[in-house]
Amino acid sequence: VSRTSDPALAPRAVPARSAEQRRRARKARWKDLGPALLFLSPWVVGFAVFTAWPVFYSGYLSLTDYDVISTAEWVGLANYEAMLEDPKVRLALWNTVVYTAMQVPLYVLVSLGLALLLNQAGRASGFFRTVFFLPNMTPPVATGVLLLLLFNGQNGLINTVLGWVGIDGPNWTTDPQWVKPGLVLMSLLSVGGSVIILLAALRNVPEELYDAAKVDGAGPLRMTWHVTVPMISGALFFVFIVNTIASLQSFTEAYTAFFGVGNTTYSNDAALFYVIHLFREAFESLQMGYASAMAWVLFVVILVITFIQIKVSRRFVFYEGDQR
Amino acid sequence: MTQLQAPPAPGRPDDEQPPAAPPRRGRRPRWPRPTRVIVALLLVGFSVLFLYPFVWLVSASFKPRGEVFDNRLVPRTFTLDNYVNVWQEAPMLLWLGNTVLVTVLAAIAVTLSSAMIAWGFAYYRFPGRGVLFGLVLASMMLPGAVTMIPVFLIWNSLGQVDTLTPLWAGNLFGSAFYIFLLRQFFLGLPRELFEAARVDGAGHWTVFWRIALPLCRPALVVTLLFEFQATWTDLMRPLIYLRDSDNFTIPRGLKALLDRYGFGGEWHWEIIVTASVITTVPMIILFFLGQRHFVQGIATTGTKG
Repeated sequence: VSRTSDPALAPRAVPARSAEQRRRARKARWKDLGPALLFLSPWVVGFAVFTAWPVFYSGYLSLTDYDVISTAEWVGLANYEAMLEDPKVRLALWNTVVYTAMQVPLYVLVSLGLALLLNQAGRASGFFRTVFFLPNMTPPVATGVLLLLLFNGQNGLINTVLGWVGIDGPNWTTDPQWVKPGLVLMSLLSVGGSVIILLAALRNVPEELYDAAKVDGAGPLRMTWHVTVPMISGALFFVFIVNTIASLQSFTEAYTAFFGVGNTTYSNDAALFYVIHLFREAFESLQMGYASAMAWVLFVVILVITFIQIKVSRRFVFYEGDQR
Repeated sequence: MTQLQAPPAPGRPDDEQPPAAPPRRGRRPRWPRPTRVIVALLLVGFSVLFLYPFVWLVSASFKPRGEVFDNRLVPRTFTLDNYVNVWQEAPMLLWLGNTVLVTVLAAIAVTLSSAMIAWGFAYYRFPGRGVLFGLVLASMMLPGAVTMIPVFLIWNSLGQVDTLTPLWAGNLFGSAFYIFLLRQFFLGLPRELFEAARVDGAGHWTVFWRIALPLCRPALVVTLLFEFQATWTDLMRPLIYLRDSDNFTIPRGLKALLDRYGFGGEWHWEIIVTASVITTVPMIILFFLGQRHFVQGIATTGTKG
């Protein structure tokens, strides 16, 4: 738009687009379809071959007995019925739920704590943010190795340090009671990503709210609890839900440390997570049908838990601009 | 969630930081001085906690076999033997080569294909767009476990099991998360720019390749880095697809070393520790190369929870 002062050249107001024009601009156009499909073609092929077909085929396989070598044999709902009876599946589901119930709240609390600290760090916050994020780059396999070393019951670093203050540390890597807590603590190493998300949310809290709270005589703790936390509840919920979904599908760290060929030393059913069991059924026992049924049960479990979390969150989560 | 900000106007060097919110100094709410000292102490304490595991690992990799577990920060006996031996104990160089190859192919493939697809969704207004994009979002919700087995059967029937192909070739078809990310970025660019180019006679591909893509560089870098990290550190797919140890990626190789030297008969933790360092260091280098993009990408997309 020309910014000339000459009234003759100035456009009569800025193009007052009629409702009709606007509607037409938003409307789908058939002539766009051709070129669009050209750009979308990789996705169309990929979606059909690597998503849509696998979803249907996995549903079919879950109703069969299939070991890759011989042809799939239709068994109806037998796989699902067998799962109900299978103590290993029950154990794996239980392990996963217990682990998630411990890991997610702690993970979110630690991320929130670190983000609040970083928000107070002033000019040094960039440095500390880097420090907290760096462990997030550790490959999960290496995290699994570190778990075995640092949490070793006899001479691991954790128990050595606990010994200094007179605590006789447990056998984190062998005692079924302590395997999951060890995995939970180890998972905190990757907390940096969530910290960054929460810190970004903290930086968006409008300053006036703090001023208002201060006028009302609120101290830092009250301000944090009554102003900061509600204002970032959207981001907190996001971190919570994403971590729940990830936690329910935990695999690499626990598999590295507690499973694998020839791993008899640390083999531990307390670390048998659902996806680990599924993986072993599919690719070690070649029970492809049974494993497919397990995958669908996992899908349903995740959907249900996510749905409940969204429902519950309605009460607690505040989104700016949402007037309800 | 905010979105990655697009550069506001063409012609502006696009690697510049998008305009940050007006600097608000004095982090709010400002806490009293004694509290601030505690904050500083806590920050330092947590930093030690977060960095020590890796420092411990590096330190252990310079210790002889008998001292790996001595928990000393500075090795009593400093030795480079582990770094000499590890190459003889295992084809580390081969594994590194495999990993670099797979990672580079995976990252480039997913970035280019996702950008194309995202452009198709962002620029064109064709009938059925909403439904198709809904499918993209829906496929993000699907747990990997559901498609894992049929996808394995596809690669198996193509004779690609025990090759590196299944580890990256699927990326040629884009990935829902990156499509979403890049589409958001494209939508932030001024549409008039592309319309003008079209009027001037630029073809569909030219508008995408010469105008839209260069403007999108920050988001492309984020995509490359995220996928690079995801592929490098992946263990599950190498476990599923790779059999011959000559084909291993480095995390798969590390797991094999752990199975051989960490469990059961032979204990050689010094080898495992050293291989762990070699597996991790490239990721740390990657982080320092792309630090700003990592932080910005996570803050704006909320991935890597």
